[in-house]
Amino acid sequence: MITLSGTAQQALLLAALGLPLVGALAALLPAPPGLRGPGGPERDVLRHGVTVTGAVLAMTVVLAFAFDHARAGAVQAETDVAWVPAWNVRLHLGVDGISLPLLVMTALLTFLAALHAYFRPPTGPGTPGPRAFVALLLLLETGMLATFAVLDLVLFFLAFETVLIPMYFLIARWGNGPERAAAARKFVLYTVLGSVLMLLGLLLVGLRAGTFDMLSLAQAQGSGLTRTTQILAVLAIGLGLAVKAPMWPLHSWLPAAHTAAPTVGSVLLAGVLLKMGAYGLVRIALPVAPEGMRVLAPYLGAFAVVGIVYGSLACLSLVRTGGDLKRLIAYSSVGHMGFVLLGVATMTHSGVNGALFAGVAHGLITGLLFFLVGALKERTGSTDIGALAGEAGAALYGRAPRFGGLLAFAAVASLGLPGLAGFWGELLAMLGAFHPGDELSRPAFWTYLAVAALGTLLTAAYLLLVVRRVCMGPTPAGGVKPLPDLAGHEYAVYTPLVALTVLAGLWPAVLVNLTDPAVQLLLPGVVR
Amino acid sequence: MNLIQNVDWAALAPPLVVAVTAVAVLVADLFLPASRRNLLAWLAMGGLALALLALLPLWDDDRATFCLADDPGLCSYTADRFALVVQLLVLGGALLSALLTVPELGSTDEGDGEREGLPGGEFWFLLLASASGAALLPAARDLATLVLALEVTTLPAYALVGLRRGGDGAEAALKFFLSSVTATAVGLLGVSFVYAGAGSLFLGEIATALPDADPRLATLAKAGVALTLVGFVFKIAAVPFHFWVPETYRGAPLPVAGYLSVVGKAAGLAGLALVTTVAFPAHADTWGPPLAVLAGLTMTVGNVVALRTAVAGAHSAVRLLAWSSVGQAGYLLVPLAAAGYVEGAAGRGDAVGAALAYALMYGAVNLGAFAVLALVVQDARATGSGDGRRVADFRGLFARRPLAALAMAFFLLCLAGLPPGVIGLFAKVAVFRATVDAGLGVLAVVLAVNVVVALSYYLRWTALLFQPADEAGTGPAATDLAVTVPANATDPAATGPAASVPVTGGGAATAAPSRVPGRRALAPGVAIALAAGVALALSVVPQLVLTLTNGGL
Repeated sequence: MITLSGTAQQALLLAALGLPLVGALAALLPAPPGLRGPGGPERDVLRHGVTVTGAVLAMTVVLAFAFDHARAGAVQAETDVAWVPAWNVRLHLGVDGISLPLLVMTALLTFLAALHAYFRPPTGPGTPGPRAFVALLLLLETGMLATFAVLDLVLFFLAFETVLIPMYFLIARWGNGPERAAAARKFVLYTVLGSVLMLLGLLLVGLRAGTFDMLSLAQAQGSGLTRTTQILAVLAIGLGLAVKAPMWPLHSWLPAAHTAAPTVGSVLLAGVLLKMGAYGLVRIALPVAPEGMRVLAPYLGAFAVVGIVYGSLACLSLVRTGGDLKRLIAYSSVGHMGFVLLGVATMTHSGVNGALFAGVAHGLITGLLFFLVGALKERTGSTDIGALAGEAGAALYGRAPRFGGLLAFAAVASLGLPGLAGFWGELLAMLGAFHPGDELSRPAFWTYLAVAALGTLLTAAYLLLVVRRVCMGPTPAGGVKPLPDLAGHEYAVYTPLVALTVLAGLWPAVLVNLTDPAVQLLLPGVVR
Repeated sequence: MNLIQNVDWAALAPPLVVAVTAVAVLVADLFLPASRRNLLAWLAMGGLALALLALLPLWDDDRATFCLADDPGLCSYTADRFALVVQLLVLGGALLSALLTVPELGSTDEGDGEREGLPGGEFWFLLLASASGAALLPAARDLATLVLALEVTTLPAYALVGLRRGGDGAEAALKFFLSSVTATAVGLLGVSFVYAGAGSLFLGEIATALPDADPRLATLAKAGVALTLVGFVFKIAAVPFHFWVPETYRGAPLPVAGYLSVVGKAAGLAGLALVTTVAFPAHADTWGPPLAVLAGLTMTVGNVVALRTAVAGAHSAVRLLAWSSVGQAGYLLVPLAAAGYVEGAAGRGDAVGAALAYALMYGAVNLGAFAVLALVVQDARATGSGDGRRVADFRGLFARRPLAALAMAFFLLCLAGLPPGVIGLFAKVAVFRATVDAGLGVLAVVLAVNVVVALSYYLRWTALLFQPADEAGTGPAATDLAVTVPANATDPAATGPAASVPVTGGGAATAAPSRVPGRRALAPGVAIALAAGVALALSVVPQLVLTLTNGGL
């Protein structure tokens, strides 16, 4: 590993957060003469996007290697300066074992998204030029990275809200289908309703406890907050985060947004934005108001497992009736995030580690799936299973073997095959439900465990059906009509995701060793 | 008894400079030849700038003047932090409105009776007179001065609304006048009841004397408190005293509408804050709950009507800003209502501080939005395409004037309270914070729902700025309008200027087309740049606005 001084780490984190913001502004200006390449200003600005996100990725990777893994629970690369002294709001940033994997994953997915946009420039009827696209993408990255790096409640809210406007415009202006503007509005309005409730909860905690600092609040473990305050705070914060996560029955914005969003938007929406909800629950609700969390955790668990089964059933129905593939992956996200929420609800080390693991795994796998479905649309012009497969099946194995194989790989990873990333998170979450935290009802969580287990079966069922209908199929009488197979730039975009999925599947310790010490700090006094 | 007072002229300077300038403008108007009339604009703006400068030496300590000779603790005029912040807001707001007025002034160069310019001398006199009243109001510490200042603020405003001959001005002015006078009369009745109970007009003395009043007068005192509030609530256009707003805004010249939405509101807010927290702290249970209900009603009514405003309707941009300003008035009332629920002067001061912080943000941003509207109206006039006062006229603004469109998007997002409008977000946080502090759970939830409703229409407008101009009614992107824009009956504006108007940015508007003199685009450009600069600076350093207002009263 690399050894860096504290100041260097600190500068690295600040640069990783500030660079996209500066880059977003720079994207709006014409390129300086030295940076003009072939292909005109449109290519220049797309290349600018790749450069900036690439630099940010490099910084986060260096940060990850410089991270002191022996003290993974401690906050490193910490910056803490006063920003709004009148309210005691501080510019408090840092990474620990919980935020580091999410930070790196965010930087990676954004870089891949920018790379994808470079080779497949966002086009469509009435879309503005790539200048605004790159600026919005970079602004989005600022908000996403900041959400995982801030350690102050007000700042968290600010970062949480920053992603909304860029994502709104990505969906509304570069999306597909006549419903895109309505879907984008639905996304923003739902999330804002949630997040203003969250703000109320955050203010309640901050004002009653006298500080907005997440670290000192986590250390206090809710002492100084009455039971009623804690329950109210967790209710308000939890509702806001549950809209974003999304938790059944607050998920209804998600399928619409995913169906309408462009590939890049879908990847980041599923890969990162949903994690912001789960991360907030782990980082804020769990340690700051543990007593309130204990009261509400059984309800969270119940909604989570209903979401698992509901998402799976919706997917089964979609695959059988020939629905939209993007919509299907969106519903599958509801199911997968159900496992994440279940893990958080158990309030145990294994459950929370599982939730974080499942979150990262979902980011990698679902990111890959959305890239693949976008590529499928480029090839066939449709993402509709019915239109693609007809009666028999789309026979991608025959028409584009490598592409078909990769799609099958992603589907199998998503259903949680042992040896791939999707497995460990769900296993740990269910393990947590087997031994839920003290004071939580065991029978209730055992029931959730049983329902979640049923959900894994259903998940396997619909994903295998997807593979059968899209990848398999008889050879038509007139021979197969081949589709273009994977191109060079597609290898470049997909390989990191595939490699990390396999790595996390075969060597889960690399992630769990990072998150576990931090989780133990968040949940003191819990044995498992 | 010592009848000679030492008057602290420095403390009095901000309202005084404005009042003197007002008279000077009126006199100069008589003697200046018609060709030199634009000197008046410089004179008026110079006076406002001078008054703003006069705030500087007062900043560090509290000063008071017109005190009672036998009780120096009771003063009629106090230049404390609260007064200075409100004066900063009203004088700055008046200056921005003045900048917006420059292109509206002058003779009928369009050769079109309906667009007759505003008469310069009268306009500047009225604007300055009203501004001097608004600057006096936050410093007033007795009910007589307070009511007087309020009337000095509003009386010229009636005339301002009706100043332009033709159009709806006269009717709007009459409605505004009649409803306002009724509110004032009710307020005065309240003041007389309070005087009957407390035996003093000084706010500080009322605070101590009114609770100790003769028990037989208790009901009278309570009624007095309630009625006094009515006069001030009217000025900030709270429901149910809001009916004058949309018509007045529509009929008034654009800069006057902007002026009323910010300066009038700030004056009403300041008065309300003074009477509630300084004069009637002991009667918090009389004014707290009604204010909370008013706040909830006001924001809900304002936002719902704004949401239902069709983007293609005549004057829809002005209507939408008018109703959204009613909604914003509701947010402004929230901290004041919260002040009725917290214990102690420090808590009340914090709540008032939150209201001031919100008002400062709102003032800069709302006037910025009016400035962009003024620019769009000018463009529409220059190309002879409609009056530019519809939200639909903003379609494709980004293609025509990118900087103005970005500024407008920023202003709208500030009003909605979403990043990148960071200061709007902080202002919302301040208001929410006041409700949480006061334990007003229900109001907080109403506020939360309202923020979402308001976001919905601000976002619709923002999205429109970036849509291609030629997409009206046909392309898929048009579906995000609640009401689809009818095809180009009056909309060649959308395509026309793109071809004929060289793209001129907000701050650096230069080569405007031949029919629009450069100076005309320059003034709103400067106003936009000023408003955007203030809002951006505050977004980076929210501390500025929060320290300014910390402690409030």
